Amino acid sequence: MNPVGSALGAAAGLAGCGALAGLLPRHRARTVLAGVCTAGTGAAGAAAGIAACAGDRWSLVLPGVLPLSGLHLAVDGLSGPFLTTAGIVIAAVALYGTGYVRPAGTGESARGVQTVLPLFALTLLLVPAAASVSAFLMLWELMALASLVLVLAGHRERSAVREAGVWYAVMTHLGLVLLLAGLARFAAGAGGQTFTDLRAGAAGLPGGVRSAVFVLTTVAFASKAGAVPLHVWLPRAHPEAPSHVSALMSAAMVHLGLYGIVRVGFDLLGGGPRWWWLALMGAGGLSAVYGMLQAAMASDLKRLLACSTSENTGLMLIGVGAAGLFADAHHEELAALALAAALLHMVNHSAFKALLFCAAGSVLRATGLRDLDRMGGLRARMPLTAGLFAVGALGAVALPPGNGFVSEWLLLQSLIHGLAVPGEVTSIVLPLAFAVIALSAGLAAAVFVKALGVGFFARPRSDRAAGAEESPPAMLAGMVLLAVCCAALALVPGLLGPALDRAVAVAGFRHGASLSGTGIQAQLDGVSARLSPLWVVAALTAATAAAAGLPRLVRRRPRRTRARLWDCGGGAPTPRMAYTATSFAEPLQRVFDDVVAPEQDVDVTPVRESAYLVERVRYRQRVPDRLEHRLYRPVLAGLSHVGAAARRLANGSAHLYVGYGFCGLVTVLLALAVGW
Amino acid sequence: MSGPGIAAVAAQVAVVTAGAPLLAGLMRQVRARLEGRAGAGIAQPWRDLRKLLRKEPITPVGTGPAFRAAPALLVATTAVTAALVPFLSTDTPVGRNADVILVVALLALGTVALALAGLDSGTAFGGMGASREMTIAALVEPTILLAVFALSIPARSTNLPAIVAGAVEQPARLASPAGLLATAALAVAVLAETGRLPVDNPATHLELTMVHEAMVLEYAGPDLALVELGAQMRLTVLLGLLTSVFAPWGIATGPSWAALAVALAVFVAKTALLGAALAAGEVFWAKLRLFRVPELLAGSFLLALLAVTASYFLSGE
Repeated sequence: MNPVGSALGAAAGLAGCGALAGLLPRHRARTVLAGVCTAGTGAAGAAAGIAACAGDRWSLVLPGVLPLSGLHLAVDGLSGPFLTTAGIVIAAVALYGTGYVRPAGTGESARGVQTVLPLFALTLLLVPAAASVSAFLMLWELMALASLVLVLAGHRERSAVREAGVWYAVMTHLGLVLLLAGLARFAAGAGGQTFTDLRAGAAGLPGGVRSAVFVLTTVAFASKAGAVPLHVWLPRAHPEAPSHVSALMSAAMVHLGLYGIVRVGFDLLGGGPRWWWLALMGAGGLSAVYGMLQAAMASDLKRLLACSTSENTGLMLIGVGAAGLFADAHHEELAALALAAALLHMVNHSAFKALLFCAAGSVLRATGLRDLDRMGGLRARMPLTAGLFAVGALGAVALPPGNGFVSEWLLLQSLIHGLAVPGEVTSIVLPLAFAVIALSAGLAAAVFVKALGVGFFARPRSDRAAGAEESPPAMLAGMVLLAVCCAALALVPGLLGPALDRAVAVAGFRHGASLSGTGIQAQLDGVSARLSPLWVVAALTAATAAAAGLPRLVRRRPRRTRARLWDCGGGAPTPRMAYTATSFAEPLQRVFDDVVAPEQDVDVTPVRESAYLVERVRYRQRVPDRLEHRLYRPVLAGLSHVGAAARRLANGSAHLYVGYGFCGLVTVLLALAVGW
Repeated sequence: MSGPGIAAVAAQVAVVTAGAPLLAGLMRQVRARLEGRAGAGIAQPWRDLRKLLRKEPITPVGTGPAFRAAPALLVATTAVTAALVPFLSTDTPVGRNADVILVVALLALGTVALALAGLDSGTAFGGMGASREMTIAALVEPTILLAVFALSIPARSTNLPAIVAGAVEQPARLASPAGLLATAALAVAVLAETGRLPVDNPATHLELTMVHEAMVLEYAGPDLALVELGAQMRLTVLLGLLTSVFAPWGIATGPSWAALAVALAVFVAKTALLGAALAAGEVFWAKLRLFRVPELLAGSFLLALLAVTASYFLSGE
């Protein structure tokens, strides 16, 4: 039997067991059993993904499962990387989840969550394996519903959860409508609904239909991926979900949007005109900068991470868009390089974002805090969690020796080499895209210095932060697994070379990008660039050791003495004097004042006797999401206005309602009689 | 792997490490003379370093591992950069990995390490310095990378030895509009990155105007020595990068001992000259308000963007 098929079968079986285990009455047994089954689901999925990456193909038709069409599943080289990363993240997060849940059995550890989590994990694994429109849409919707249930886990405790749930439900279902319309039109035009039929029929479709299909599906996928301006649900839903679910959503579900764009745009439609890809790059660039700016303004740790997900999605979309642009100009090598960079960034983002969300969850569990302003001093109380967060942050800031640097380097290389494509458009778009990536990388450095430095360093700024304790071993084990993945991706990214080559080949580009064992290399007709992360790390380690040894050469007795903080002679400062996340971001907020438009209020209450003596000054600041205000609020206001106006039609009179029914019937009959 | 190549790498690291305090001393001396002061002499930073290194290492209460590791990491990132950039020879064993994006990222890693150390101290000044430094760094990064992009177009590679070797062979590239615009953009970015006037004042004594100095206020003794050495090395590396890329004459392109010796002398002379010119310029500049700095960097960014498009349209036919 095919290894992919048997591994996916095992995953499905384990997920079923996990869902059943989640129904058990005893809390402890339920948590452990469901967690182990979910971890097994992830491991089996990862095994299937690795087999697919190694070149195994698998397909299955189950005629009786879905009415009329049957269930078509297939795994190929493009599904491989998505299956593998989702599988590994699921396994690590499930392990982490066995320790994360609270003993009380409420909220995150309620029975519903533990039942749905394995099913959500399974849909994450099956969406990239769907091979027909009906199967894809069904699994996509199951995934959305399962994640919605999980987001709503804490709805009894916080009203923000309910609001986030409504936003998410509406956005994801609007996306589903677009996806349904686009794929249905595609299937109707191609004369069949399996992906094989679509591939064969795509070439015969008129240009307008192809473009309509691409635009409809891409808008739906980009909304799932959190691209600006369809991102509004993401910074609400991801922070409000339980942290291990946030990790799954940010590190696995969001990437399926990218998968959808690559699958439909390149594999099924076989590429398209230039404006598709320019629009995609535009959306990517907007997401990259706007997402990171929102993250820079956020002081809620999980919201910050969610906004950074938008940014990373933007980088991947830039890569995919550049690939389409190069393919349109018949530069297949360049297209392969750009697409491989986007996929590599997807893998890297999975590893570090899952780790960061898990670490944020540990902090939330230990302190009950998500607000960076009130944290601080956690590195002394939760040293392992702080260290693991630092590993994730190093990946996210795109600096060596982190894993994010490798993929951003490859993306920048593809843009630099892309200037070989002639035309004014490339000579303007590519430098701008380059600058956008560089700006978002610079902002990312500020954002993660803030998250790590303000959240974990210095001294605690609240009693809850002062009373934090290290997480239980299961949670640490899950995070260590993810940290090991980050380190492996940072040191030997070349191991992914063959898998990426296969994925890119499915998208229709035969020349793979060159990633080899010790480093990565972009080699294109005479132009080359090389990066050897292993050597960089070795050189940095040696140089740090030498620099640390320098004082010892001069002075034999380097015993450190402890002394009070000097603080310019001001004496030991209190924790209230330390910089908070809000104050750290203030200069950036001023620089980008026109873009983020913060709202500030100062209330001055004078003493009753005199207007000149101040009793209290209250300062309030909010940084609202400006796109949400400008784009969504008017639409929502218009809708509720229409709703209010329509109430006049329903005044409670039964006669009137019967009249409506009569008019409706007559209209339908007339329409039929006229023959329309 | 050639003898002169290995020697070139070793010599680059050694000359940057040993020469950085001297360059700082030279710049201070030039400034002092122009302002009508006698100055402390070129070797004063060396004497300061020696004094600091002999002092007792101090750990302020409440600081953690990030605070202790940052000085060594700052020096290490700069030393690795010094090994990668072709100051003396383009034919070195590390040349194939000397990617310019990697060089920029390594320098940024040093900035990040120091900013984390500033936050780790938990003082208001440390946080203030870190916040300002990261704001400037976030805006410098696109500028410097775009200038790098402009540089890499004629060589069709981001490999620094390839860029420098190409410029040595075809000096006309340097005088092209694209080359000049990229030089201007990179020069502004270097000023911001090294914390010189008009972005930051390295000699300030007023805490509220400090950027770099505010972050490192809590350091003392050997740690302070490493921080100072790291900052001086960064200045040397970035000035050296400017000279190597825009005035590449004298850099050895083959495995020859004689060329290496010439390259060493020329590199020292070029960097000293550029440093002296920068110090002379600083006498006439005032520090910009912090919130005017983005305008300066935006101007530099525009120059770099113009350089990229110019190099495309001028070489496009």
